[in-house]
Amino acid sequence: MKPALPSVPISHRTTAAAVVVSLVAASLLFLHPVAQGSAPPTAVFWLVLVVLGGAALWTIRRVAAIQGTRFDGVLTAALFGLWVLYFWQMLVVAFEVPRVLLPAPTLIVQALIDNYAKLWGDFTQTVLKAVCIGWLLGSGLGFAVAVAIDRMPFLQRGLLPLASLTSTVPLVAVAPIAVMWFGFEWPSKAAVVVLMTFFPMLVSTLAGLQASGKLERELMHSYAASYSRTLWSLRLPAATPFMFGALKVNATLALIGAIVAEFFGSPTVGLGFRISTEAARMNMSLVWGAIVVAAVTGSLAYALLVQLERRAAFWHPSVRGK
Amino acid sequence: MATSSKPAPPPVSPPGRPEVKRAPLGLSPAAPSLPAQGGTGRRDLASGMGLSSKPHAVGERGGLVSRAWEQGLPVAVMLLVFMLIWYGGAWGMNATGAVERVLEPSGNPWNWQDLLITTLNMERPVLPAPHQIALDFWSSLVDWPVDSPRNLLFHVAVTGETTLVGFVMGTVLGLVLSVLIVHSRTLDRALLPWIVASQTVPVLAIAPIVLVILGSLGLEGLAPKAVIAMYLSFFPVTVAMVQGLRSPQVIETEMMHTYAATRWQALWMLRLPAALPFLFPALRVGIAASLVGAMVAELPTGATAGLGARLLTGSYYGNTLAIWSALVMSALLGLVLTTLVALTEHLALRHRRQP
Repeated sequence: MKPALPSVPISHRTTAAAVVVSLVAASLLFLHPVAQGSAPPTAVFWLVLVVLGGAALWTIRRVAAIQGTRFDGVLTAALFGLWVLYFWQMLVVAFEVPRVLLPAPTLIVQALIDNYAKLWGDFTQTVLKAVCIGWLLGSGLGFAVAVAIDRMPFLQRGLLPLASLTSTVPLVAVAPIAVMWFGFEWPSKAAVVVLMTFFPMLVSTLAGLQASGKLERELMHSYAASYSRTLWSLRLPAATPFMFGALKVNATLALIGAIVAEFFGSPTVGLGFRISTEAARMNMSLVWGAIVVAAVTGSLAYALLVQLERRAAFWHPSVRGK
Repeated sequence: MATSSKPAPPPVSPPGRPEVKRAPLGLSPAAPSLPAQGGTGRRDLASGMGLSSKPHAVGERGGLVSRAWEQGLPVAVMLLVFMLIWYGGAWGMNATGAVERVLEPSGNPWNWQDLLITTLNMERPVLPAPHQIALDFWSSLVDWPVDSPRNLLFHVAVTGETTLVGFVMGTVLGLVLSVLIVHSRTLDRALLPWIVASQTVPVLAIAPIVLVILGSLGLEGLAPKAVIAMYLSFFPVTVAMVQGLRSPQVIETEMMHTYAATRWQALWMLRLPAALPFLFPALRVGIAASLVGAMVAELPTGATAGLGARLLTGSYYGNTLAIWSALVMSALLGLVLTTLVALTEHLALRHRRQP
């Protein structure tokens, strides 16, 4: 764990060259018959793989040590992910791991391409209909209720403890009831999502509305600003980091809610349906494909919200510090 | 403002304290105002995570009575309103079914009172009335021996075991990861983004894969479910501990340095104690997440025991009351588990209360 980095930093150019060289070597090895699964692994293959492993670790450390550029953090993570995928592929092929157990990444990509239309249908059903609508409705309702009861301390004192308690309750368990009430189609999934996303947004918005400083509030008061003016110009902006926190949590919760709800009954389309039926048929490459779709969706939504937050709350210390 | 000559402290970071560098990755909405030490900041974090039950301002004069009045009355009124809405909903939603299945077939003339009584006491209601759930809940606790699958306590034991094992595994994993990440810049940059990304994968999606892989290793029963619970609960611990282990001020780490403290000593004597106020809110979130994981994991594993399995069988047979009882039970289990963690927190940090 000791920092073994030399005191005189090797230049970025050397690092970049090392990364490129190791990646080229890796792709050359990928074309080797052993890596394609057409020949048993040889000692030379193992030796090259071990050397490549060393090179991978070294380049990751070098890239991680780069400072100052805007993308260095992303670069390190991307390089790390790339190497993990590479060794997953190589080791799975070399050890002949059964396809059912752990398919190689290339097989998963193949399944993604082959079942493009099917997965697109699942994506539309689960994400575009259930998750998006439910997330917007749930978060919007949470926000609206929070702003509405902002002026009623009695309601706040009554609702806030109850809303806080819901975070300890597995709300996703209402899925069977939602399916019973709203049927198998997407409205039942959206209903679960609405319920799961409502409370985090309510609690966070209420907390955010209290977040503006006393000084600022007194300043608004000395300007004779009306309630709505203070709300609009001071308290809502001050609440944005809190609201974005809830929106990000909700994005993940919404995906979980929709997929779990599909387990209790769904039309023959949807990510959750696909995963459970294909897993039952032991068609694991397609299961992994569906997971990739879900993971990419979740990550993209998260990244999008982070970017939006930077635009909307650019003034906040937690954003400014980056 | 003329009266207060003292400048107010900046709202986020107290003077001399490095700003919190990393946004808390979305888990805690109250992230920006992360705790300096103990006290108020921690309450902000907790309430942001939706776990604080403390009132915002209890006046010093406020004894137990006025506090109960201030806090308890609004909650009681809200609960009452909620119950009324529930009864109204039960009446409205069950009315059609009651007329079609009970009142019309009986052939007798009926008035609105009969309708009301019938809707609130149906065998398979669309929305059961609260007292029906309470009765079913009670009878499932009392009328069957504890080891019978009809007794909810049996299912609670199964799910609770999974939750706790998964929670302990997740906490240990989270602690190890956070210590590694804090001490290695490479891991910080290479691993942390992927840990965040891992949480965007819906947990039910990975459940079949965990089942297949662990099943091939000969692990069945508790292990796959606990792993899925762990997958949900390690994340809050990791993120909060990375933040907590970095929370000591520069001056404190420099003092450890002048004492020639090793990394282990600095970790043990400075970083870990400083991180405790971050750890406990994360543990409360983590155990709630672990419960969700344990229940969800019971769905695709074909488990016959556990609250999740109970929900599934209830949904298969259209047994509404069983679903609602299991729902109430899982809520109670969640509350009890979080309360246990909160009590531990209270014991562990009782010497740190700010005056």
